[in-house]
Amino acid sequence: MIAPFRFSRAPIDVAALRATLADPACGGYAAFEGWVRDHNEGQRVRHLEYEAYEALAMREAERIVAEAAARFGIAHAACAHRVGDLAVGELAVWVGVSAAHRDEAFRACRYIIDEIKHRLPIWKKEHYLNGDSGWVNCERCAAAPHEHAHGRPGAHP
Amino acid sequence: MSAPLYGLVLTGGRSSRMGQDKAALRVGGRSQLEHATALLAPHVARVFVSVRRDQRADPLRAGFEQIEDTHEDLGPIAGIVAAQERFPESAWLVLACDLPLLDAATLEFLVRARAPGRLATAFRSSHDALPEPLCAVYEPGSRAALIAYVARGRNCPRKFLMGADVHLIDEPNPRALDNANTPEEYAAAMNTRSEAPAAATRRLTVQYFALLREQAGRGTESLVTAARTPRELYAELAHRYPFTLDPSVLRVAINSEFGDWSAPLAEGDAVVFIPPVAGG
Repeated sequence: MIAPFRFSRAPIDVAALRATLADPACGGYAAFEGWVRDHNEGQRVRHLEYEAYEALAMREAERIVAEAAARFGIAHAACAHRVGDLAVGELAVWVGVSAAHRDEAFRACRYIIDEIKHRLPIWKKEHYLNGDSGWVNCERCAAAPHEHAHGRPGAHP
Repeated sequence: MSAPLYGLVLTGGRSSRMGQDKAALRVGGRSQLEHATALLAPHVARVFVSVRRDQRADPLRAGFEQIEDTHEDLGPIAGIVAAQERFPESAWLVLACDLPLLDAATLEFLVRARAPGRLATAFRSSHDALPEPLCAVYEPGSRAALIAYVARGRNCPRKFLMGADVHLIDEPNPRALDNANTPEEYAAAMNTRSEAPAAATRRLTVQYFALLREQAGRGTESLVTAARTPRELYAELAHRYPFTLDPSVLRVAINSEFGDWSAPLAEGDAVVFIPPVAGG
């Protein structure tokens, strides 16, 4: 099996990734594409910025793919995730799986993309049409006021 | 912009309680003066030794660039004033020569925490919470205030710092600035050195991502810390940076593997605090 996960600063080459899954023993192939959407939670999104802790994300992604292989008995899997600035409509993440039959291909593909979203240290900053921006899942949990003072003004120039 | 940093080791004391020249006492196989200058050297552009006139030819001090006191019987503050008089454009990293427990990590911690916009940067004593004047950075801007202070007949450098705009920081190693003025204190310090040769600090690399990177204003840093666990480290960093994320929503990675908040941190570890993720 080739390295199952990679980060890409350039557009993802889906045809090349798909070709790595070809196998005469496989009768089923399933893929998922995640695209940049123009809205999120009521805000109009202009573009996105992805950032990743790549060293840890690569290790965790390999574990996810190994889990899927063990659980669903798939033959091959490949995944790619973009980092950097992405425009609306661009492909942000791609997951492809090949297996003997369609059922395990579908289910393993679903498992891998779900785990990628929950477990990999990847962050998304949305830039909105109104000029605002925010790190998804970070700004709201930061909204609660803290009792302890953070930093002393001027203490660290 | 910060002023160039010069180093000054104060050796002009009379060592009367010690009964012998403190600069010549042995620590780690060399004199305390050599110990202090060796600690200073990596951080400063030039190293000077502060001396009284009658010490200039002393063989121990003769090998160093010297700055002679211009005021008599003022104590250590005279050495600082004389150094500032000679190089008024420089900041001075000032060290007493009788700090046998001072370690490189503590000094590096001080230099990294230096706040050039304030009059001085100094440790808050682990014993009485007052400023430690003889292991501190004095910025050029402190010169006028020091001269005025001395002109008022005052000569206590600690009280000077207590009344000045000083950036105070906590000691990473609470014993590092224990000084030795008497033979008993010196013996106790030598005991401590042999018991605990390793300082209670460690050098770590911290990498920041996403919101934490923006709030820290940097992607990575190397630091010397007394924090023993990621939990203590995050608390220390949250004091320094305007972090808004509570540790309860973060995960920890140590050396590119998920780790535990209470795992012991070791010298050289790379630590990452992982904000809530949003891949896909």
